[in-house]
Amino acid sequence: MTDDTFYTDGAPIADAKAPHGPIEDRWTTRKFEAKLVNPANKRKKKIIIIGTGLAGGSAGATLGEAGYHVVQFCFQDSPRRAHSIAAQGGINAAKNYRNDGDSVHRLFYDTVKGGDFRARESNVHRLAEISTQIIDQCVAQGVPFAREYGGLLDNRSFGGTQVSRTFYARGQTGQQLLLGAYQALMRQVDAGNVELHPRHEMLDLIMEDGRARGVVVRNLVTGEVSHHTADAVVLASGGYGNVYFLSTNAMGSNVTASWRAHKHGAYFANPCFTQIHPTCIPVSGDHQSKLTLMSESLRNDGRVWVPKQAGDTRRPADIPEDERDYYLERIYPSFGNLVPRDIASRAAKNVCDEGRGVGPGGLGVFLDFADAIDRLGRKTVEAKYGNLFEMYERITGENPYDTPMRIYPAVHYTMGGLWVDYDLQSNIPGLFVVGEANFSDHGANRLGASALMQGLADGYFVLPTGLGDYIARNNLPPVGDAAIAEAETRVNEQIRTFLSIDGDRSVDSFHRELGHIMWEYCGMERTDAGLRKALELIPALREEFWTRLKVTGKGDELNQQLEKAGRVADFFELAELMVVDALHRSESAGGHFRAESQDEDGEAKRDDDNFAYVAAWEWAGRDAKPVLHKEDLEFEYVKPTQRSYK
Amino acid sequence: MKLTLRIWRQTNASDKGRMVEYKLDDISPDASFLEMLDVLNEQLIAADEEPVAFDHDCREGICGMCSLVINGTPHGPERNTTTCQLHMRKFKDGEVIDVEPWRARAFPVIKDLVVDRSPLDDMIQSGGYISAPTGTAPEAHSVPVPKPDADRAFEAAECIGCGACVAACPNGSAALFLGAKVTALGLMPQGQPERWDRVVSMLDTHDDAGFGGCTLTGECTVACPKGIPLDVISRLNSDYLKATAGGKKK
Amino acid sequence: MQAVAIAIPAIYRSTVGKKAVMAVTGGILVLFLVAHMVGNLKIFLGAGDFNHYAEWLRTAGEPAVPHRTVLTLTEVVLTLAVLLHIWSATSLALRARAARPVKYESRKKSHARGYATHTMRYGGVIIALFIIWHLLDLTFYAVNPLGSSATPYDRVIADFAPDRWYITVWYVVAVLLVGLHLWHGAWSAFNSLGWRTKRNDGFLRGLAAVLAVVIAGGFVAVPIAVTFGWVG
Repeated sequence: MTDDTFYTDGAPIADAKAPHGPIEDRWTTRKFEAKLVNPANKRKKKIIIIGTGLAGGSAGATLGEAGYHVVQFCFQDSPRRAHSIAAQGGINAAKNYRNDGDSVHRLFYDTVKGGDFRARESNVHRLAEISTQIIDQCVAQGVPFAREYGGLLDNRSFGGTQVSRTFYARGQTGQQLLLGAYQALMRQVDAGNVELHPRHEMLDLIMEDGRARGVVVRNLVTGEVSHHTADAVVLASGGYGNVYFLSTNAMGSNVTASWRAHKHGAYFANPCFTQIHPTCIPVSGDHQSKLTLMSESLRNDGRVWVPKQAGDTRRPADIPEDERDYYLERIYPSFGNLVPRDIASRAAKNVCDEGRGVGPGGLGVFLDFADAIDRLGRKTVEAKYGNLFEMYERITGENPYDTPMRIYPAVHYTMGGLWVDYDLQSNIPGLFVVGEANFSDHGANRLGASALMQGLADGYFVLPTGLGDYIARNNLPPVGDAAIAEAETRVNEQIRTFLSIDGDRSVDSFHRELGHIMWEYCGMERTDAGLRKALELIPALREEFWTRLKVTGKGDELNQQLEKAGRVADFFELAELMVVDALHRSESAGGHFRAESQDEDGEAKRDDDNFAYVAAWEWAGRDAKPVLHKEDLEFEYVKPTQRSYK
Repeated sequence: MKLTLRIWRQTNASDKGRMVEYKLDDISPDASFLEMLDVLNEQLIAADEEPVAFDHDCREGICGMCSLVINGTPHGPERNTTTCQLHMRKFKDGEVIDVEPWRARAFPVIKDLVVDRSPLDDMIQSGGYISAPTGTAPEAHSVPVPKPDADRAFEAAECIGCGACVAACPNGSAALFLGAKVTALGLMPQGQPERWDRVVSMLDTHDDAGFGGCTLTGECTVACPKGIPLDVISRLNSDYLKATAGGKKK
Repeated sequence: MQAVAIAIPAIYRSTVGKKAVMAVTGGILVLFLVAHMVGNLKIFLGAGDFNHYAEWLRTAGEPAVPHRTVLTLTEVVLTLAVLLHIWSATSLALRARAARPVKYESRKKSHARGYATHTMRYGGVIIALFIIWHLLDLTFYAVNPLGSSATPYDRVIADFAPDRWYITVWYVVAVLLVGLHLWHGAWSAFNSLGWRTKRNDGFLRGLAAVLAVVIAGGFVAVPIAVTFGWVG
């Protein structure tokens, strides 16, 4: 299978940290086997954390409370603004409060299956075990989850699961959980355990003797470049969906922290596994800067359709019933409008490719509530979806009570990320990666309401064990000046380069073009030919970036163009790796759909014989081929099956 | 759409700053306000001028990073809407639009439209939390919370910390922000043990930061993108007076 | 009680404490206004009743306490209340000014309802000036046409005589400002003391409005009635 024209094979890797034995005992075993840090010594141990989202915020609060000296950075003006705040739906936990047959094992099973058998069983089982503790923790922090009249927590079913295990706070669960973590973090700031640096961006990792020993950061207000050394570095810097330019990520979300660690040797795993969410508001024009998600719950009552005739530009109300194609109901009679995210997204793309898309540019499908309003009454629909309808109207100027919504898929989440072992440690000793930034738990497709669960599990409960073990086993000397100077020089050099190119194109124009290439060739459907084309286009555009880029202003001031330049430079390199990963993985799995690997009905076909592994990529240099290290996946408890939603 | 923008430009904190006029042609009414500024910035870069600095991140109305006082109103003319969710169709073709930063002594301008809102974090740091060290939590169902309390706490907890309340208040007070947090935590049973310390400590921080005092003008709740109701301030007052004059704070 | 005594200065330094002081002192002044208004309305019962009431104010409490004791104590309390009220308001106003050193360039639009809210500060200053005039007029008689030798009833009749209509207008305008001040002030005081809940806001707003209308109406009645010759 190896096509050695775009990558080279490296030695296989394995997760050496997960204990063997029955799966339900592994986490307990690991917690017991991990060495503990003498409480009296914790104060002297410095931990750097990059990012303050659910994973970083909860990690900072927990490690600070434990007594470590935590130094934490975020690029936003406050830790509360990390993009976890935008998560709408909810958080899964195997509490079985509904007595509907849920259990840790079922959540484990659903997550492994939902991830299309590309995640580690040990990790996922631990996640399911911890899920219940997360809810306890958040409730204790005063998170105002939705409750029933009896005062107990309410649950809903989410993302097509058969049990109600999703805890939520209206459509703002991410916000409420993040505020809980943020407040816990601020408490540690007040206690002097966490030193917080908002409006600071990590631009390089300080390495000494093969270990991660610190970071170089730029103060985004003054432009000052400085270094911070530590005993360990934790990256909680989120996902890389913005490589597509248009995504549901925040404008500032970026891959820079992860990528610069990758360039120091940290493996980047499964970069091509990206999640495209089916219900987003379509692009309205060239001015578009981001895409807005509309909660998946809308598909519970809305019916998805397009005109049967290509190029039909009549108003939706003028298209009679028999000239409409309710394509999800037609193709997937048993799941209908509720098929999983990847399937709904691809189906929308297919009908639009046939020229039957609606709205500007033909990139949209209708999500129609007329039947729901007839059946349930406008009042009920309003009670259920009122705030979403308002949001839709605010953005599009159209009233979804009168005319169907238009929706289109958009990049939403990235399952890939830096490779980590069971302790969440990357292959660089002392470099830990948590939350969306790591690759670990969602395989090739993340289930709804699982991202919040993973972020908080990592930060509150998993990281402290593995990190403590590392700290206890390594008494490190102070970092030498040479290592620091080297990293600082590299950062200053890059800033100088950006400011001196003095070309004629803005950072955004490059980012937009890169995003377009990625969406076109490495988006919802990937083909060998398309990916190979992308492998020609991206380096060419990257060359242009380094010769024609124009960054206005200076380095020693607030300079948003300069910030973006650094991030887009990293997206260019990541994009290439994503394409390589997508090209090498010639199977379809979860969010990664290769047109060559489908069954006769057009459904994704996995290839477990050849691809039941994690692809962990090693950086070999900007113009060198990346090196592939495979970590084989074994399934002892959940036997791989082909998903079917017909 | 054609537009004339008058935007506050200020090189850095020590610069005096001034309004500068810009003309824009051909803006789509479907663009958001910030996308309109993106278009302006692309034009400025093409003309080798400094683009306008402004804070923004999620662009879906929840992170609280975007600000801007538009035609004298924080977050612009549409109610319950952040600047990032405001769309140009709400403006008239040919309109002159003033864009200014939040104005408060506690929020000094960093550059152009970017201000420093760290006093909001300082208030949270001084007590806007419930102490629950990781791992100490009891089973989630051990303490039921009456639904009305949970719902009201949620309503107050919706605050996105953008600071529009301060920008709108004629007194430059952050009482709505403060009241929202004190209410959200004070309504939950878990928030009771620290309730009285919290309110006193947070208000002290508020006052020390140089915010003004609340005189119930009600401008904050109208400007608030989440429509946090004014009664959270009454609750703040009540808790503060009970804690101090009432002797509840031990 | 000891806790209260120690706590008060700290409370007063806070912005919430200052508003609470304004609310409490405002409340004392409202109680006074109600009593004052009731006394004023005695003028409709005739000169005898009115003069007798004025005399009683000075003799109240006798013989248990010396002449004018109750009245003097009331005056002390009222003076203190007025001073604290003004001091708190001034301090909050200065604080507000300091809290926004750079003003907005575009005209700041008000979106909250309530005209009364925007009259609180300048209205308060006018009311203070009015109180000084009023004291010079009917307490110290310095600007009263009849002076100290006349009866209280005659002084009022002379004060608002038809040819002194401008005095009547001045009193009416000032009293209407007091009404506006109370309309927002009373509701604001309920909030400052933390009495407002999600449910009672309509009631509190109504109560404030009724208070404002009754007090303004009761005080306006006397000068108007005298000027138009319905009394005297």
